[in-house]
Formats: sequence, C-alpha cells, structure tokens
Amino acid sequence: MSTQPTPRLALQGITKAYPAVVANDGVSLMVQPGEIHAVLGENGAGKSTLMKIIYGAVQPDAGSISFDGQPVTIKNPVDARTLGIAMVFQHFSLFETISVAENVWLGLDKSLSLNEVTQKITAKAAQYGLDIDPARPVHTLSVGERQRVEIVRALLTEPRLLILDEPTSVLTPQAVDKLFDTLRLLAAQGCSILYISHKLHEIRALCTACTVLRGGKVTGVCDPRNESNASLSRLMIGNEPPVLVHRDVVAGDEVLAVRNLSLQRADEFGIDLNAVSLTVRSGEVLGIAGVSGNGQKELLYALSGEDVRSPHDSQWIQGEKVGRYAPQRRRLMGLHFVPEERLGRGAVPSMSLAHNLLLTRDQAVAQQQYKGGWIDVKALRAQAAQIIKRFNVKASGPDAPARSLSGGNLQKFIVGREIEATPKLLIISQPTWGVDVGAAAQIRAEILELRDAGCAVLVVSEELDELFEIADRLQVMAKGRISPSVNIKDATVEQIGEWMSGLWDSALPQEVAHA
Amino acid sequence: MHKLRIQLIPRAEASRFWTFASPLLALVITVIIGVILFAALGKDPVRGLQVFFWEPIKSSYALGELMVKATPLLIIALGLAVCFRSNVWNIGAEGQFVMGAVFAGGVALLADKDTGRWIVVAVMLAGVLGGMVWAGITALLRDKFNANEILVSLMLVYVADMVLSYMVFGPWKDPQGYNFPQSKTFEAVTKIPKIMDGSRMTIGLLLGLLGAAGLWVFLFRTRAGFALLVGGLAPAAARYAGFSSRRALWTALLISGGAAGLAGALEVAGPIGQLTPYVPAGYGFAAIIVAFVGRLHPVGIIFSAILMSMFYIGGELAQSRLGLPKSLTGVFQGLLLFSLLACDTLIAYRITIGKKIGVFPTQILNS
Repeated sequence: MSTQPTPRLALQGITKAYPAVVANDGVSLMVQPGEIHAVLGENGAGKSTLMKIIYGAVQPDAGSISFDGQPVTIKNPVDARTLGIAMVFQHFSLFETISVAENVWLGLDKSLSLNEVTQKITAKAAQYGLDIDPARPVHTLSVGERQRVEIVRALLTEPRLLILDEPTSVLTPQAVDKLFDTLRLLAAQGCSILYISHKLHEIRALCTACTVLRGGKVTGVCDPRNESNASLSRLMIGNEPPVLVHRDVVAGDEVLAVRNLSLQRADEFGIDLNAVSLTVRSGEVLGIAGVSGNGQKELLYALSGEDVRSPHDSQWIQGEKVGRYAPQRRRLMGLHFVPEERLGRGAVPSMSLAHNLLLTRDQAVAQQQYKGGWIDVKALRAQAAQIIKRFNVKASGPDAPARSLSGGNLQKFIVGREIEATPKLLIISQPTWGVDVGAAAQIRAEILELRDAGCAVLVVSEELDELFEIADRLQVMAKGRISPSVNIKDATVEQIGEWMSGLWDSALPQEVAHA
Repeated sequence: MHKLRIQLIPRAEASRFWTFASPLLALVITVIIGVILFAALGKDPVRGLQVFFWEPIKSSYALGELMVKATPLLIIALGLAVCFRSNVWNIGAEGQFVMGAVFAGGVALLADKDTGRWIVVAVMLAGVLGGMVWAGITALLRDKFNANEILVSLMLVYVADMVLSYMVFGPWKDPQGYNFPQSKTFEAVTKIPKIMDGSRMTIGLLLGLLGAAGLWVFLFRTRAGFALLVGGLAPAAARYAGFSSRRALWTALLISGGAAGLAGALEVAGPIGQLTPYVPAGYGFAAIIVAFVGRLHPVGIIFSAILMSMFYIGGELAQSRLGLPKSLTGVFQGLLLFSLLACDTLIAYRITIGKKIGVFPTQILNS
C-alpha cells in the first residue's frame, strides 16, 4: 500500500450540531475506489447524520468533502446523484400499489418507455444475480425482495459510490450471503461501497476497511479482517460487551397457549395469521425469530388484546380462554407487554414518565376497579421515581417527558414499568432495537432474571444473536405461519435461517419428536 | 455589507416561557394591527382602543355586560377543550348551542303562572339534553359509519338553525306577537336567577367557573380524563393501554354538546327571554378561538373568554360610537387567532437576527 490512488471520497473535519447534541464532531473518512468500507457505531453514534451529509440531505456546519480528488459541495441529493452517489435507505421508499418497474421508472429519465425500463431492470438484475420480477406489484414482495428493488434502482444510476444503511436487518442469514456476493462483485468492478452497520461479524466478513464512530467522533480506522469482535467492540463502545449468565431453570406450568390462531389481516398491507400455535411455560423464554413483516406485528396485536378479533378459544392464559379479552383484562390476569414502538405506543411522548405509568399500571389510582378513579399524583411520582432508580434510567426525574429520554433509557423505563408489575407472562417485542449496547445488556439481563423468578417470557426479535443469547426455545415466523419449536441447544443459525424463508416442513418429522 | 438574516433555530426543549407569553404577545400584535386599522379607517386610534379595551371594563355595569357575553363563550369553550384534547374535532358547537336553546325554550314555554321555581332546573337540563342529542348525532355517525366529525358537526349547525326557524315561524310563534317570528316571552318563573340586582349576570357565570374547576379535576386528576388525553396525544398508546377510542369519542362529544346546550339554555332563559331567529350569535364558533387562545386549559379559557367577550362588546360600541361596521369583532377575533398561531412558533423555535452563529439553521429567511 505504498502508492495510494486518489480516494473516491474524502471527508475532512465534518461537524454537525443539533440543538441537543453534536452528531458529528470533526469526522474524517476516506474511501478508496472499489473498497467496501464499513462505518461502525452504536445507535446515536452519528452514522446516519454522516451518511445524510454525504448524500446531501443534511448540510454540515464545518468540514470539507472531496470526490475523486475534487472538492465538492453537495447541496442536495440531486447533486449527490450527479456525482455518482447512490443510497439504499433502511426504510424503503417504494409505492406499494404499483409495480417494480413503475417504481423504478418514477425515479428515472421520463424519455424512457416502461418497456425499456423493464429491460434495463432485468439486465441489471441478471448481471448482479439479483432475482426480481419487474412486473410484480410491490405490495406482493417480501422485505428482502423490496431491498433488491432498491439496490437495482440504485445500480441503474451507475453509481461510483453506493451507500447501504443497515441493509441486513431485514434479511435471513442466507439472503445476507447473497447480498454480500452482489456487493463483492460490485466492488470488484470499481464501485466503492459504504456499509453502515452495528453487526461486528458481518463487517469482518465483508468489509476491507472500517471507520468506527462513538459519540460523533472517529475512535478508530482499521482493517476489520484483522480485528476480533472484542477489539471492534472496544472501539465502538469503549469496552467489551458484558457476558450474560444463562442459568438452567426447569420450566414449570403452561402460562400462555396459542392454538391454531388464524386471523385475517386488519389492513390491506398486513399479513394473515395462519394456524399459529405456541406455548410458553413459566420459567422459560420462548424466542420468535423471523424477518419483520411476516406476521409478528399481527400476532402481537392479537396477544396484547389490541386486536380482539381472534377466536376466543385460540388463546389461553393459565387455562382460561382470552382470545376476545381487551388489554386491561389480560393485564389483570398477569400479562404485560412491551411493544416495539416506544414513543407513541409504549409511551405518550409529551407526557411525563410518571403519567406514562398510568398506561399499564393503576396502583396510583384510588379505586382501581372504576375507570374514573382519582389519580394520586404524589403516589404516582413516587412510583415512577422508584422505577427510574431500580432500572437505572437516565432522566431528569419523574416529571421528565417521555420524548426527552434517549431510546435506550426510555426502553429501560418501559421494560421496568412492566417488570415491576411482577407479571406472570411478559411479552416483549424487539427488546433492544435501537438501544445502546450497555442498555441492551441490562434489558437482556432483566429478562433472564424475570425468567429465573418463574415468569413466562415471549420475546419477538429480528436479531438472531439476541435470541440465541436469551431464549430457551425458538420458533420462527414466516409468511404468517409459525415453525415448530426447537430447543436453543439444538438450533443452528443455518437451520433458523432456512426456516425464516418458511422452509421447515421438510424438517418437521424429527422436530415433532422434540415437542 | 452583509445581508441581515433572520433565522429560526429549533429549540432542544419546548419553551415553557413562551407557552404562556405567546398569547400575550399575540394580544399585543393584535392591538398594534388594530391601531393601524383604525388609522387606515380614518378614526382616532386612541379612541378606537378605548372603545375596545377600556369601555367594557370602566364601570360595574360594563363589567357585568362583559361577563354576560363571556359566560356562554366560557361554558362552550370548556366543553370544546375536552373534544380538542381528545382529538375529536367538534366544529359544530354553534348547532349544539342552538338545539340546547330550542330544547330549553320548549320546556320554558310549558310553564305557566303556577309553575314552581324548579322549572329553572328543568330548563337547564333540557338545554344540556338538546346539546347532547345534537352532538350525539355526530358521535353516532362517526362511530357507526366513520363519517368525518368536522363535516357532520358543521353541517348540523345549519340544520339546527333551520329547526329553530321552523319552531319560531311555526308551532311556537307567539299568537299575540304581531306575526313576528318569535315565541312568547318566557314566564318570569323560568328565568335563570341573576347574581345581583342591577346587572344581567346570571348564575350561569358561576356554573362556568365551577365547570372550569371541574374540568381541571377531570382532565388532570381522574383516570377517565387521562384516558381522553392519551387518546388525543397518542392513539396507538391509548389502544395499547386499552383505553377505548369509542368511549373517548362519545365522552368528548357528549360533554361538549352538553356544555354548548347548557350555554344555549342559559342564554334564552337568561338575557334573551324568548326564542327568536337571532339566538345563534356565533358564540359556538367564537368559542373555538377561545378554547385555543386559552391553550385548551380551563384557567386559560377563563381569560380568553373574557378577552373575546371584549371584542364582541367593542364591535358593538365601535358601531354605535365610531360608526364602524360591527364585523370589526370578527376581524379582531381572526387577528388574535392568526397572531397566536404565528407566536406559537416561538415555543418550538428561537429567532436569531444577524450573522450565522454556532449551529446551522434549518430555515433561513433572507431579507
């Protein structure tokens, strides 16, 4: 590496401050042609802001950008595209009701006909081994297929720098491998790739260079192939992730049973649940794996009572039918639920932490059986202060509005609110999504402690690593169906990955023996 | 030379100071524009301001009149605050007010010389019922058919006006009324009791103040009120908690309908004393402004109701003393609302003037 070619992209001293936080503080970054360059960092480390600056969606307060050796000012995404920068966002921007080709056409030169666009898509997809049908309406596509559409759309602009933001969070392990093949092929042809992620093993498998961000600053530049998970983690969070103790607990009685739950989608773009069955016993954690959008949301709405359309005898809590029961009634039976969306569902953003307790707890309400009961504000604040203390929530106090907390701290408060109710059954969705590593470790430890104390726990998560850490058994959801259960000790990432595509029927006979 | 730049910079936290100062600044801006308006109309601005802001409070009689007009605004706006806070957009308080007046008037017309004083309670309850029935139609259509409550409640205003007209032109027309479209004057026994002699203020004012206290307790100290607030602020959280959105819809509309209906009863059985086609005076619409200027908070609404009442009286005085059109009232109401909306920007943003400093602006206004 003696004679470096001109870098494709060079950032020098990029700084961007928001009212409450400095998102980027003197960040420098250099990407060579044909390099797959990882940007590694926790949520809130400043990765997204940096990418938005490169893509022209946000203007930096200070610092310079050069592209192919030329200093440039990228005022907006159109400038970025003119330079040859393309971006695939974490949240896709596709219209559901029209076809793949029409979606791509929308972003292209209008002089082309739809037929020409279709041909271009087919050619580009074939070139990179991406399997898509341009004629299909987008709402019929799986999340992985939608991502491929986004990638092909980006590739049609013949980019010289492709930015991918957390691209694997929506993919099965097998689909991740396919994506990596595509990216390597692209890099071999000279396109530079900026790969944003917080998943260490993926970065080590794919990338040839890595810039690590922490708290808006660059904490390291390295070749991830020469690093270990532990050394990358030190750069990313300052220390190594804590190790969880997973005690052996003998599972007790059945607490939750779901039997052949079939449910039509509530909205047009939802998923029909198809004969979903599962049981959770006291003292065990059942993990539900699967790519989001395969019926998890619908299942959780039914289990929490937010959707009461399910047949009454399709759900049982401790031997009692509950299918039609509303959330409050289930809560009285010991079911507590932590939803995926914290602001707006798990908590009211503008209300104080103390008042947010009232969503699921009524210890501070005088006559609990009557809905019009008086609120004892003093008791409410005391209760909130106790949760803040016990669960180590960083907040200015019980009166802090929910939206003033960071994602991790709000999640700690919500999880604390439900755990402190000493539930018999805890259902928790994406427990550590968007949460910093320290808070994530604490939340996982709390879940295990609750399990050790005899609570039945159901965890729905996209992160396979997390499920392998905390679950005793796994089931996988795909296309509204659910796989048989497999003990965590017998499960492999490959097998679960295959099941995430819905392919468990061949494995059925030997798995039935386990159950 | 450099250009003068006015920048709006988002605040990290909503400003508590400006939450309270914004309505005051809006009032100042309204006054300033009012001065310009008077000058442009060729009137003495000082005289104009005097008519709007001094005349209504200069004597105990004037103060009483101020309160007479503030009472319906206060009562209606309190009810609307419940609606707006729970994200139910009841724009038709005017119609509920009119129906309250019609129901109350119907009961009042049943009274004769021998009727007991209890009839006053019946009159007021009839008003509440009338308003609730009218708002209940909106709730029902929204609940059963998901009909937009803004459109339904607004259109029902005109239906209510028609019902009133039919009654006073038809069945309830006073036979001794020289064919004027009005009911006979209600029996004295049905009249809402006055607070004191020499003023037209009725116990309606006390009911309004009690209502403000009651509303505060309901919203901020009961679980049912909390459920309504959550339903307005974060519907998904209300669903997660298990608070019924249907219950919230019905509660909000029945409370605000009942309040508007009560105001209607207090008006016809109070200062007006009979049913006429002129019962709808726009209180139901003005109360929307009252509710928002008062920050949807019971205490704020008391002050904004008095302010809006000033504009009503000021408009009438401007007509008689300055020879200006009465619609000046509406102009001032609109000015106040728009100024408030503009000033509310300061709650979430701060303004810097001059060279760029520190953080980068999200919005730049070059001038």
